[in-house]
Amino acid sequence: MEHRLKKYLRTETLPTPFCPGCGHEILMHAILRAIDELKIDPREMLFVSGIGCAGWIPSPHFKADTLHVTHGRPIAFATGAKLFNPRLKVMVISGDGDLGSIGGNHLIHAARRNIDMVVICANNEIYGMTGGQVSCTTELGVFTSTTLEGNKEPPLDLCRLVEAAGASYVARYSVMHTGPLITSIKKALEHKGFSFIDVISPCPTQYGRRNEFPTAAAQLQALKTRCIPIEKAKKLPQEALEGKIIIGEFVSKGQRDEETDKDSGAGGTRGGAQCPAPGAGSGN
Amino acid sequence: MPKTFMEGSGAVAEAVRACRPNVIAAYPITPQTHITEELSRMVANGLIKAEYVTVESEHSAASVVLGASATGARTYTASSSQGIIYMAEVLFCISGMRLPVVLTCANRALSAPINIWNDQQDSISVRDAGWVQLYAEDVQEACDMHLQAYRIAEHPEVMLPVMVCMDGFVLTHAYEPVDLIEQAEADAFLPPYQPQYYLTPKNPLTFGAMLGPESYMEVRYQLDKALRDSAKIIEEVALEFQKKFGRFQGTLIDTYQVEGAEIVLVAMGSVVSTIKEAIDTLRKEGEKVGVLKVRSFRPFPKEEICEVLGGAKEVLVLDRAFSPGSGGVLTNEVRAAFCGRKPTPQIRGHIIGLGGREINVETIIGIIKNRAEVGREDKFVDLKEALIGG
Repeated sequence: MEHRLKKYLRTETLPTPFCPGCGHEILMHAILRAIDELKIDPREMLFVSGIGCAGWIPSPHFKADTLHVTHGRPIAFATGAKLFNPRLKVMVISGDGDLGSIGGNHLIHAARRNIDMVVICANNEIYGMTGGQVSCTTELGVFTSTTLEGNKEPPLDLCRLVEAAGASYVARYSVMHTGPLITSIKKALEHKGFSFIDVISPCPTQYGRRNEFPTAAAQLQALKTRCIPIEKAKKLPQEALEGKIIIGEFVSKGQRDEETDKDSGAGGTRGGAQCPAPGAGSGN
Repeated sequence: MPKTFMEGSGAVAEAVRACRPNVIAAYPITPQTHITEELSRMVANGLIKAEYVTVESEHSAASVVLGASATGARTYTASSSQGIIYMAEVLFCISGMRLPVVLTCANRALSAPINIWNDQQDSISVRDAGWVQLYAEDVQEACDMHLQAYRIAEHPEVMLPVMVCMDGFVLTHAYEPVDLIEQAEADAFLPPYQPQYYLTPKNPLTFGAMLGPESYMEVRYQLDKALRDSAKIIEEVALEFQKKFGRFQGTLIDTYQVEGAEIVLVAMGSVVSTIKEAIDTLRKEGEKVGVLKVRSFRPFPKEEICEVLGGAKEVLVLDRAFSPGSGGVLTNEVRAAFCGRKPTPQIRGHIIGLGGREINVETIIGIIKNRAEVGREDKFVDLKEALIGG
């Protein structure tokens, strides 16, 4: 029997370029599963991706419109496409380096405008493709090819960043939490406004090997203890959250008109559901 | 010291280390990455007393070195392809402020389509940024060029940034035997940077302020004059380097077998070595063929080029970058250099090796043998007709 999601893939482009054990293929599956379960025809969607391993999740694999653009700019390109064709379902899929570092400005301004699009950050906490350099989401102390003594710069919490900027749906899951992740992608697809999902997707080749993970499986397994659901995290003291990744939904506001910022959902103020800092991420 | 067999990027990092930069800023991009990774390792191990920062973009990398250079630091950055293009805004500011930044461009094709392989469209596309642009033929030249680059850039009569261009992968990832530069020798050749003007609270200055129509043009004229005049310094520095280190890879240009040559090829970068191989083969068959290597693309050595090519019957220019709608950039420059001169050889343009398309000795021999096919329009060599369609 053919895999139920195979129909969404350009099979001639397979196999994907992802390394064995890379989380991006799990994320790729979760995205297609959400689309399939919602019975959305991906040919009615536009997938925009930037530079880095994550850019390859939709491009060239998805049997849909895919726009593979310059480093850091997929949100700006997606904004243009969305403005001309507001009915188009637009999804940006890119990495932490692309969306958070070089493209960080577009991320906050799209969130500020609450443009109706889904942005999925395949966050491997490193520059995987170019050889494992430190990125804006690399945790303190982590060894990368440019932080041989351990990273000394505190990471950005992209969820808190876009929440502060005005995003109306914000969540974080890991690829080891595929059930809630798929549900979250479905919610984001149905949400009107700027949706951001930070997906922790480990890179065994560049990150795992340099750090304490001898195998890709060990790195994936570690996510089970590294990640703490937000409901549980709220009851724990700050010390217990040191080095942990808080997962769950941080913002889920009701319908809100673009630009006008008319909030009919919970709170009505920006940053409704405050998420605790993920350990070291709160510095600076 | 015996030669060391090492990767081009590592060898260049060794050369940069020997130049004692104070501030290094870079953003990862293939195929430049190995150079800056190696430098970050050296900083971590205390082999260079430099500040190293992995910034959030190439635009930031160029901005950081601008800021550091303006305060009197010796600075270094490296990039490729989209990174160079993304830096472009700042590249113009660096030269406009007359800051002696040195940058390595590991030459790579530009998007779209995305292509990580080698051609020279990146550096050629910023040829008007007001930087000295030097092109290396092999790993040794790339190393030596960095020492020369700082000397040129920081020369009081120049005070301009220098871009050292080396072909991505072909040189950055190739292993070659290299003469590494010893620190004492490097120090003797390249003394510490003594900035004439820099930002310090002791003597507050303004860099980059607005100038209106009454004086902007004069400042641009001065930039052009300094870049043109840097030709003399590039030549002097290459000759002094030869005296100190016993290695010479050319001044503004270099030549091979051009004495009495009827056909002379013109090219930049690593392809020159391939051309030399082809020439050795053809010379044995009695073909009078030679090559002119353009080492300095900016300043463009018109006089030197015309002097060498003036005696040839035919000139075949090989471009690794082009201006769509016009033609090969180097070809157009060579043609322009000859404008109004007599005698003018027949000049034919060839666009080769875009996006990493293979160029081997047979490619070069084919270009020479089939030269009569090329008319006034430049030829895209080895095009696959089947992929172009009707």
